[in-house]
Amino acid sequence: MTTRTVKFSIYRFDPEKDAKPYMKDYTVELDSTDRKLLDALVKLKVVDDAISFRRSCREGVCGSDAMNINGKNGLACVTDIDTLKQPIQIRPLPGLPVVRDLIVDMTQFFKQYHSIKPYVINDTPAPDRERLQSPEDREELNGLYECILCACCSTSCPSFWWNPDKFVGPAGLLAAYRFIADTRDTATNERLDNLEDPYRLFRCHSIMNCVDVCPKELNPTKAIGKIKDLMVKRIA
Amino acid sequence: MVNRKVVGAHYGLRDWLVQRVTAVIMLVYGIAVAAFVLFASGASFEAWQALFACTWVKVLTTVTIVALLWHAWVGTRDIWMDYAYHTGVRLTLHVLTILWLVASFVYSVKVVWGA
Repeated sequence: MTTRTVKFSIYRFDPEKDAKPYMKDYTVELDSTDRKLLDALVKLKVVDDAISFRRSCREGVCGSDAMNINGKNGLACVTDIDTLKQPIQIRPLPGLPVVRDLIVDMTQFFKQYHSIKPYVINDTPAPDRERLQSPEDREELNGLYECILCACCSTSCPSFWWNPDKFVGPAGLLAAYRFIADTRDTATNERLDNLEDPYRLFRCHSIMNCVDVCPKELNPTKAIGKIKDLMVKRIA
Repeated sequence: MVNRKVVGAHYGLRDWLVQRVTAVIMLVYGIAVAAFVLFASGASFEAWQALFACTWVKVLTTVTIVALLWHAWVGTRDIWMDYAYHTGVRLTLHVLTILWLVASFVYSVKVVWGA
């Protein structure tokens, strides 16, 4: 079996031991079956079992292993190692408090997500069976519902870095539009009211970092544009 | 006072829309002036002076200056909102920006409409 050597520079910080974060160099031997960055990180854990990172499904569905890879946010489990320039620099997602090494505190991110009420609101009496949608109405939800909440987008957004407590962020706004666009939801006006705020929605200046990094190739900027379009439609 | 994060000012759309509309006004005016300089005037001072002697040119110029200042207000306020976190500091910067823009407008009226 052919092997290859890959060099890493990894952000380390244990608040119980370290006064401040530092970058540590590692070299790891990989065999031909190790194709993704996550494979290498798991091997690295054999070399140094103190390295901490989150991972779960290892196939780009759970969103646990989001990290900053050579300066760009992405999922370790779907990033090909051989496409990365060495030494591969791994850092935690920017803009969120670091719990330890590559693990960040996602509280603020999920607070913003919950603030848009990420569930269908419909006060009309429930039908005997499910609420139906036409195929065309359902089509509008494509590109919205697939978000895995990995936070790659929101933590690559400068507006979220500066105001994470006030700006909903691209992930939250994509989810907001997912429910605004849902024909089964009856709270469209309340949802638009909830977002009409110079901080919550209008901190987005369409720089599209979110689109650039989304591992699911979703387009939060487009969804945010559609929210603004609906607001204009409401007043014009 | 309790330290609560407060959002929900229920404005923002108008400023966002204004920023786009004023950008279009500036673009149209900019293209018109550039076209005049390139094609109509022979780039002479007399032709430029004759153009700005027309009342309608003065009116359009003033409208564009208002668009520019309004656009600048939204953009500058955005910068203060992004980077100035202390409410008192931010409000002070907002007021200073408004004063500067109003002063710029008054001076622009003197330049455009003055003898």
